[in-house]
Amino acid sequence: MPMVLRRCTLSERPAALAPHFDDIAQQSEASHLGMWVFLLTEIMFFGGMFTGYAVYRSVYAVAFAEGSHHLDLVLGSINTVVLISSSLTMVLAVHAAQVGQRQLLVGFLLLTMLLGLVFLGLKTVEYTHKFADHLVPGSGFLYAGPHARQVQLFFSFYFGMTGMHALHMIIGIGLLTVLVWLAWRNRFSPMYYTPIEIVGLYWHFVDIVWIFLFPLLYLIGRH
Amino acid sequence: MLSDLPLFPEQASTGAARVDALFMFLLAVSVFFAMLIFSLVLYFAVKYRRRSEAEQPRPILGDVRLELLWTVIPLGLTMIMFVWGANLYFTMASPPADAMEIAVVGKQWMWKFQHPEGQREINELHIPVGRPVKLTMASEDVIHSFFVPAFRVKMDVVPGQYTATWFEATRPGTFHLFCAQYCGTAHAGMGGRVVVLTPTAYETWLSGGATGESPVAAGARLFQQLGCATCHRADGPGSGPSLVGLFGQTVRLHSGETVRADEAYIRESVMYPTAKIVAGYQPIMPTFQGLISEEGLLQLIAYIRSLGGGKTGTPS
Amino acid sequence: MNPVVIPRAHYLNVNYGIKAWLFTTDHKRIALLYLASITLLFFVGGAAAVVMRLELLTPQGDLVQSETYNKLFTMHGVIMVWFFLIPSIPAVLGNFLVPLMIGARDLAFPRLNLLSWYIFALGALFTLTAVVTGGVDTGWTFYTPYSSTYANTHVILTVLGVFITGFSSILTGLNFIVTIHTMRVPGLTWSRLPLFIWAHYATSLIMVLGTPVLAIAIVLVALERVFRIGIFDPALGGDPVLFQHLFWFYSHPAVYIMILPAMGVISELIPCFARKRIFGYNFVAFSSVAIAVLGFFVWGHHMFVSSQSVYASMVFSFMSMLVAIPSAIKVFNWTATLYKGSIAYDTPMLYAFGFIGLFTIGGLTGLFLAALAVDVHVHDTYFVIAHFHYIMVGGAVMGYLGGLHFWWPKITGRMYPEGWGKLAALIIFIGFNLTFFPQFLLGYLGMPRRYHFYPAEFQVLHVMSSAGASILGVGYMIPLVYFIWSLRYGAVAGPNPWGAKGLEWQTSSPPPTDNFAQTPEVKEEAYAYGPQEVHVV
Repeated sequence: MPMVLRRCTLSERPAALAPHFDDIAQQSEASHLGMWVFLLTEIMFFGGMFTGYAVYRSVYAVAFAEGSHHLDLVLGSINTVVLISSSLTMVLAVHAAQVGQRQLLVGFLLLTMLLGLVFLGLKTVEYTHKFADHLVPGSGFLYAGPHARQVQLFFSFYFGMTGMHALHMIIGIGLLTVLVWLAWRNRFSPMYYTPIEIVGLYWHFVDIVWIFLFPLLYLIGRH
Repeated sequence: MLSDLPLFPEQASTGAARVDALFMFLLAVSVFFAMLIFSLVLYFAVKYRRRSEAEQPRPILGDVRLELLWTVIPLGLTMIMFVWGANLYFTMASPPADAMEIAVVGKQWMWKFQHPEGQREINELHIPVGRPVKLTMASEDVIHSFFVPAFRVKMDVVPGQYTATWFEATRPGTFHLFCAQYCGTAHAGMGGRVVVLTPTAYETWLSGGATGESPVAAGARLFQQLGCATCHRADGPGSGPSLVGLFGQTVRLHSGETVRADEAYIRESVMYPTAKIVAGYQPIMPTFQGLISEEGLLQLIAYIRSLGGGKTGTPS
Repeated sequence: MNPVVIPRAHYLNVNYGIKAWLFTTDHKRIALLYLASITLLFFVGGAAAVVMRLELLTPQGDLVQSETYNKLFTMHGVIMVWFFLIPSIPAVLGNFLVPLMIGARDLAFPRLNLLSWYIFALGALFTLTAVVTGGVDTGWTFYTPYSSTYANTHVILTVLGVFITGFSSILTGLNFIVTIHTMRVPGLTWSRLPLFIWAHYATSLIMVLGTPVLAIAIVLVALERVFRIGIFDPALGGDPVLFQHLFWFYSHPAVYIMILPAMGVISELIPCFARKRIFGYNFVAFSSVAIAVLGFFVWGHHMFVSSQSVYASMVFSFMSMLVAIPSAIKVFNWTATLYKGSIAYDTPMLYAFGFIGLFTIGGLTGLFLAALAVDVHVHDTYFVIAHFHYIMVGGAVMGYLGGLHFWWPKITGRMYPEGWGKLAALIIFIGFNLTFFPQFLLGYLGMPRRYHFYPAEFQVLHVMSSAGASILGVGYMIPLVYFIWSLRYGAVAGPNPWGAKGLEWQTSSPPPTDNFAQTPEVKEEAYAYGPQEVHVV
């Protein structure tokens, strides 16, 4: 989405401009670059887990496919749609901020949060099922079958990766809460809505991680 | 005390002199460049020392030819080091086919050796001079590392897999054996000696003292005790494939892949039997994890090898 | 520019009190918060080394017990790597100077900067807690399955401390990258940037890309200890060597985090004290980036005897040879800068000379380790210890001290006592060489590392090394004393006591909180020493 920045008409420094920046454009550029660099670190962080998963999946292909079959494809698919929709509402929130529509902005932010909470809710349901089925790694893990150890390894990665993803969702919802509060207090305008944009970037990233997680975990061997 | 000051390790293997030759090349190049830089810096620092505060040296921005020169020459020298080192390393990873095979098990905090004739040793390894010796090594717990400085040989011993190394001693003597990978409290004490004997002295040593079972005999005994013979019959396929002539051959698996039946394959089949199912058989083999030690596994493997089959080949 | 006085208002006296420091967002104050913390941690890590070297005076393990010795070398490594070397130049000198050198009023994210210090302090607290409640004995490398299954010391507490501190590193790197990209003053193009900035930019790339992988590696160790999930435990189907890959993927680039900033310092010192433009600016700048990039492709050279495949080892050996070349290029360019210069022997320059000598030896011995067949012999021996101490202490710490002396007047407004400075530099140089050169010999002779006791034939070399360590220790104490002394009694420095180029010298010493009275503009290349019209900014 192209950045629309109206030139500031005030002659003094706007309230939103931090003292160490020369102008809003520089501040905005710095904020955006900062978020991109942060997302780069997140790619490396998740990348380490993806690497471990890839290594063990290639070594224990049969067991990992078996483990994958125990995942709830329906709930996973619904969650995928929910998250993609939440990215859409996030984009609409950014646009509302661009055109100065405060109520739309707050509305779309709340909708994004709601969808995020739905995602977490469904995730909780999934985790509960796994717990009931004794598929949580650790002392309570019980699995009948020749590949029990490797299936436990699969679930370790499942919980580790989706858990880390869920943690990032929770943080994202926290950030959105702050944005809702600030938007309600009229802190944003067509001249300054950078925080909405950069939280949007973060939210899209968390969405994309799920887009990778879902097929890698849920869709192995389901031809 | 200075007369006790060792400066260079003794050479006691065929590989040692070759490693030292590369080391000397590295040393020569390093001394040359270090002396070059030191003398230039010292010379410039003295010759161009500031004599008055008013001095204004003319800027010299650079010289691309010089940059190329001191890029290309180091690159050329390092490539020589790389090729030389890689070549020698490849040789170190390729034991001769007729090497004497010794099984090694490392555990906190001791080394256990088993000779093919049956001799077992702890923390001490007797070998004959002039014969290549190949060690197949396993760990019972954490990562250790088998290190004999006089042979310039080192290889980690990793739990869950086999590693191998080889050497050929060139003179009789007693040499340090160290564990070179930190493995816990008594890591510094996990050492011993490699005792190299002349061939006759080695034969004497072999025949004297308690011989014990050879690994092949011990493996045969385990094969019966653990019930392997029930499914893996000598007279043909049973519930499990026959192991006669198996070692070193290519095996076709249920999944369509093929795999070489080497030490690692046999170990995995005993510990995690469902990992690789041979085509045409059911996944019914139970696991023997916990029922057999690392030494036992090595003995079983020795027995299975004695049933015939191809060469061991090099570890990858 | 101005008379040699302490300005009336500057960043140190603008306000007082503990809240003014603990809630500051001024990058210069945050740099000093870091200076205090890492100095403390340096001496804690150093104390562990002192006990170790005392123990190693005799072949028997008679000073402490084996388990204690193992904890000592672990804590020495953990503290020195993550709590001293990695932050040192970037978090102290980088934090202070990056905005000044580019003409900015602060870093891009001042509050994130303060947060990074708090995170660092929290991580240090976790780790020090581990030390005082019994220590950890896995080695700073935490190899599995010893660390994940067998060790019964404070592994989780320590890795948590390292995990937390990693975020401090990431935030610092993020801040530097964004600042350097977006906040340079008019006229300051990339090709006019001081090489210190190039070095910190390259370092920040590594911090940002590498540290998250360390985070995952050590989190997995902690999870395995708690839940026994079997990622690294072969008995549960895991692979202990996978940990080594994940760990070294970060920890090799990490050593470039430690050396690149020091190289950046040297690139500032030599032009100033030879009063001459750096020779080959583009090549030195490009080499910093090349080292950062190539450094990500060599991690397997720590694993030549770990059961890694022969072919993988060959690739890593090849790449390791390549990564040596840009470092060599830098050394040649620094040497060439001296040619026909006007060379002064002030303390910072003595450290620069020491750096060139010791880094050259350290770097050349790296080639021995990159060469496959030789590495088989010297891996996990004192040869490796000598190599990395030559680079990290002979290189990075000398660079740090040289930079500290050079910019001390800018930071405090005061000069350190020059005679004592020279004396300490000499003592450190002599002590360092006596400590670590014998260790090359020990290593090739076969003395393994991490040994509490050793065969008697190695004793003479160990005694030499310990003697050197005592001299080195004395050498490090001296600047501690005179730096503190200079705060009150040092000669007033004025804005530019060295006659150096660079925007940081165009403002007062100490600088005002906003760094510059007027935003500077850059009209000349970096290091514009020599006969030409100098633009006063």
